[in-house]
Parts: sequence; C-alpha cells; structure tokens
Amino acid sequence: MSLRTPLARARGLGSAKEGVSHWWAQRLTSLALIPLVLWFVFSVALMTGADHAQFIAWVQSPIVAGLLILLISVGLLHSQQGMQVVIEDYVHGEASKVVTLFLSLSIHVVLGLTGVLSILMILFRG
Amino acid sequence: MSRGNRPLSPHLQVYRPQLTSVLSILFRIMGVAISFGSIVLIWWLAAAASGPEYFELVQSFLGSWFGRLMLFGWTLALVFHLCNGIRHLYWDAGKGLELETAYASGKAVMILTVLITLGLWVLAYALGGA
Repeated sequence: MSLRTPLARARGLGSAKEGVSHWWAQRLTSLALIPLVLWFVFSVALMTGADHAQFIAWVQSPIVAGLLILLISVGLLHSQQGMQVVIEDYVHGEASKVVTLFLSLSIHVVLGLTGVLSILMILFRG
Repeated sequence: MSRGNRPLSPHLQVYRPQLTSVLSILFRIMGVAISFGSIVLIWWLAAAASGPEYFELVQSFLGSWFGRLMLFGWTLALVFHLCNGIRHLYWDAGKGLELETAYASGKAVMILTVLITLGLWVLAYALGGA
C-alpha cells in the first residue's frame, strides 16, 4: 500500500519536487530536434561546395533563417539538458558540481546567443 | 564523510559488453561529443556573418583532411544519437521493451546510422566534388 496521497501521485513530483519537468522538457526538445536535424544535415550536404555568397543567400530566406534559429536554440537547450544530467551523474563534489553546471550553462548561453545573432546579422545585413 | 567499508556495486568492467549496454553507453558519449561539436557549428555561422574572407578561411580548414575527419565523426555521432534517440522515445512511450525487440531495434539503429551517414557523405561528394 502506498502512503502517498492521490494528489501527490497525480502531481508525480516526488520528494525533490522536480525532475519530471526536466525529464519531460528533454523529451520535448528531442522530439522537436528530429525534423530539425534531418532538415539541417541534408541541407548542408546539398550545400557542399557553395561559396560565401551562395551560403548567405540560402540563410537569408526567412524560412531557412527561422529554422536555423530554432535548430540552434532547441539544439543547445537539449545539449544543456543532456550535459546537466551527465555532470550531475559524474561530478560528485558539491562545489565542483555547482561550478561545472554553471560553466556548462554559461557556455551554452554564449554559444546560443552567438549563433542566433549571427543568423540575424546575415538576415538583416547580408 | 567516511565511506568506511560499505559494499560497492560491481564496477562496469565486470559485465560482458552487450549490444544493449554498449549502445546505451555510446548514446551518452555521442551526445557529449555532439555538444562539443556544436562549438564548430556556431564558429562556422559566426564566420559566415563576419564576411567572405574569414568564412573562406574556416571553410578551407573544414575542407582539410582533419576538418573532414572531424565533420565525418560529428555526422556519425549526430545520426547515431538521432536514431538511438528515436529508439529511446519509443521506449519512453512504454513500447518495444521486450528483450528481442530491443535487440532488433538496436541492430536497426546501427544499420540506419551507417546508411544515413554514408548517404549524406556520398551526396556531399557527388554535389561538391572533392
């Protein structure tokens, strides 16, 4: 017999009061990345040999720029979620764990901003 | 905190490698590898935004044998993580967890990974030449 109340079971939060949300968010980003990654790898393979002007012209289509921004933001979010789990699993000292998690998050934010701003620069300035 | 003489769970090395465990370990390693590889992707996009000269420099590095090797490894890791990720999503839905099905889907992941990766590179070489 479970000692948990039906409400606690329905919320499914466990003793840490979180975790399900992280797990669920990770499934959502993976689902979104399936079409995005397939589109990206085949587009880049088809772009082989293109010079700068051709590449810029490709990115400047609003659909391509939008999909690239989505790929970068969702991809790096998924990467952040995954690296967080890996760090939590293997970095044991509390201080080094917190520092590594913060470093990983910071690097992901910087990479995401650089990527998205590059796309916007290409889109609006060429 | 003293860990004393507490019993330890057996180390990973004592287990005979199996398709299921090897793919699971590779799934995580490849995920981390793709994360590091994304730095190159962002560098490439930033180079394109900064102008033709720097973009050509980055392109010539990526086109060198080392760059191609790196990109091939990144493609392989990405396609494997994608295929095995779909397998995991299927498991998360509570399906395909029987031992035989898990082995069959594992083999399918390996075959698809090789086929898609090679397909992408054949496409790239056919279009862009060497």
